Amino acid sequence: MADAQLSPRNIPDRLQGRGARLLKSWEALLVIVAMAIFLGNSLASPYFLDPWNLSDATFNFTEKAMIAFAMALVIISGEIDLSVASIIALASTAMGYAVQLGFDTPALVAVGLGVGLLCGAVNGLLITGLGLPSIVVTIGTMSLFRGLAFIVLGDQAFTGYPSSFSWFGQGYVWWVFSFEFTLFLLLAVIYGVLLHKTNFGRAVYAIGNNQTAALFSGVRVGRVKFILFLMTGLMAGLASVCLTSRLGSTRPSIALGWELEVVTMVVLGGVSILGGSGTIPGVVLAALIMGMVTFGFGLLNVPGIVMSIFIGLLLISVIALPILWQHARRHFAH
Amino acid sequence: MKPAIALEGISKSFPGVRALSDVSLALYPGSVTALIGENGAGKSTLVKILTGIYQPDAGVIRVGDTEATFPTALAAARAGVTAIHQETVLFDELSVAENIFLGHAPRNRFGLIDWKKLNADAAALLQRAGANLDPTIRLRDLGIARKHLVAIARALSVDAGVVIMDEPTAALSHKEIHELYALIERLKAEGKAILFISHKFDEIFRIADRYTVFRDGTMVGEGLIADVGQDDLVRMMVGRAVGTVYPKKLVEIGEPVLTVSGYRHPTEFEDINFELRRGEILGFYGLVGAGRSEFMQSLIGITRPSAGAVKLDGKVLVIRNPAEAIRAGIVYVPEERGRQGAIIGMPIFQNITLPSLSHTSRSGFLRLANEFALAREYTSRLDLRAASLDQDVGTLSGGNQQKVVIAKWLATKPKVIILDEPTKGIDIGSKAAVHAFMSELAAQGLSVIMVSSEIPEIIGMSDRVIVMREGRIAARFERSELTAEKLVRAAAGIEAPPEGRAA
Repeated sequence: MADAQLSPRNIPDRLQGRGARLLKSWEALLVIVAMAIFLGNSLASPYFLDPWNLSDATFNFTEKAMIAFAMALVIISGEIDLSVASIIALASTAMGYAVQLGFDTPALVAVGLGVGLLCGAVNGLLITGLGLPSIVVTIGTMSLFRGLAFIVLGDQAFTGYPSSFSWFGQGYVWWVFSFEFTLFLLLAVIYGVLLHKTNFGRAVYAIGNNQTAALFSGVRVGRVKFILFLMTGLMAGLASVCLTSRLGSTRPSIALGWELEVVTMVVLGGVSILGGSGTIPGVVLAALIMGMVTFGFGLLNVPGIVMSIFIGLLLISVIALPILWQHARRHFAH
Repeated sequence: MKPAIALEGISKSFPGVRALSDVSLALYPGSVTALIGENGAGKSTLVKILTGIYQPDAGVIRVGDTEATFPTALAAARAGVTAIHQETVLFDELSVAENIFLGHAPRNRFGLIDWKKLNADAAALLQRAGANLDPTIRLRDLGIARKHLVAIARALSVDAGVVIMDEPTAALSHKEIHELYALIERLKAEGKAILFISHKFDEIFRIADRYTVFRDGTMVGEGLIADVGQDDLVRMMVGRAVGTVYPKKLVEIGEPVLTVSGYRHPTEFEDINFELRRGEILGFYGLVGAGRSEFMQSLIGITRPSAGAVKLDGKVLVIRNPAEAIRAGIVYVPEERGRQGAIIGMPIFQNITLPSLSHTSRSGFLRLANEFALAREYTSRLDLRAASLDQDVGTLSGGNQQKVVIAKWLATKPKVIILDEPTKGIDIGSKAAVHAFMSELAAQGLSVIMVSSEIPEIIGMSDRVIVMREGRIAARFERSELTAEKLVRAAAGIEAPPEGRAA
């Protein structure tokens, strides 16, 4: 007579198969949204389905998405990094300065990535070493890093990058696949594996759900967080290389406001802003959705401000939809 | 007599778990009904149905003569059902009076809060609850016990016919418990129907008139307290007789495993020296705040001692963080299950494998098959009740969460396991299981340190006992010389009565 479900023996590993879990996931909803936007765009503009147009369109999200992957891990661990756009500016300024000193392309890339890493290390040390809240630290370093760029540049601009440097932002690896888009795909796989298939990724989730219990369970909380901030710094440096290469110049206002777009991308991708949950496939889908919306509106000559209004509405509605859906179901059930 | 409120044939399921099946409960005016059952028996689910937080899948709720549904917490409150919870839900930044009347404060003719009346009414209610408090002070300035009294006053502020008390004495001192009893007597005299949930039998026999026993989501017995004995209730709860004898096995005590010498900390403890041997259960007794947990946590590298040395199997160890302690084979099952033990929000199997990932994974990459195998092995050894291993650990009952936490630490295959208050807040059945398991571990050659504030547990389970007082070792006892009186005296620093005095 014992209820099978209350039986102590033979607890099943999982109740639902992989298919059922996927169908109920946030990513499934994002796929539907992405398909709807894709369909809408192809109906609205005859130019949308051209492979070269689509390839061009990827440039408006690849750089942000690189940072978004690292940011996703930071947010899952319960922290945030708002200094990323300022790191881009400082790294770009450093590269522009290095050009004046006659650095060649490989050295410029090293400078860009190195400054990114250094900025990440500053954030990481302040947050894990002194135990300061990341939101306060990175709001501070957001002003600090961009302020340094302004001091160096004033209202000037650095130009004169070597022609071989332009490949990172303007080159193609194969057919319509730009270097940036290829890098985006590669990083998506690397971060997906890191978060979902490694002990490190498991530690990130554990910290985000319960930092104290994670520490008691032998997770090196400080070290993991430091690495996460190093990684966002490095990704911001990488994005800076790509963006500077694509624009061919550095101004102190470069990438202004990007930190919020990156955070939006991460949250739209289903990462809980409170930490503890979220996936890389979700962030990839969110990047594609934001890219397609921007591109579609661009084709229709919609001004930029309308695009940001739309992204804002999209963010709110995608988050509100499942909640409204549950309410409706409960309402009609009675 | 007609019940004030009656539940009939109530069933409630959650994904994969039948929490309640076809249970009935009647609460009579002017009478205290004790609801008894192990953790996970369905008591909390029933309370949540009574207070409108959960909806039953089947069954009827009757208030007086009419059938009622409680679609929301407000509907339950309007029907006169109020609950005082284990963990009180109050607001630290508001005053005592504001807490009491939150949501139904008296208004003046402009529709604004009538502060004078609010404070006067609050003072009267506090008086009734047995608390002489100034209603205008901030709640944060009160201790936990007085906060509880504020919660009781809040429950009295709505004119409730049915009062649910979910382990109301858990945080109260001896004196406050007696004041609570007096309050319950007054509520009875006013004709209120009271549901009293407690794990403590002395309380149940002291205050309850009737009892209802739940086991595994079904009702297994009810009747008048006057007609039953403690043993009958225990048998109903666990479905078997539980011996009051502790399952301590006689174990051949081996060579020293862990040697601690000269451990000190600037503020928490000092001059801690002891040896732990193979197969031994070493009890650590003391009052709350004696520095036991702080010392244990410094042993695994959470806090740093300012001086001291640890030897494990004769080798000197330097432990800077819990990861190193786990690698060396020393693990600590923390006291605060929800904050330090379980990671709520993550599946059972991931909770269990977190400290063992280096063994289940290959070169840093997860191996889920290994993780599930490890989780299966230890959950079945600890007799865990769950629907599946990828269920969120937060959906389990307290006793089952504790089993997951203990499983997590045993899965690391330690040499020394430190259990900090391992049976605090869990039911008799789970307690007996933990004790039996502890004894079994020692018999297998593990060395166990058990921090406990329960004297019967310390006396029943320990081979040796160290008593701590104000951060120092106050006394050491062998099992043969243990008495409750000696422990209490040592912990409180009371001199032993001079011996050999002339009669």
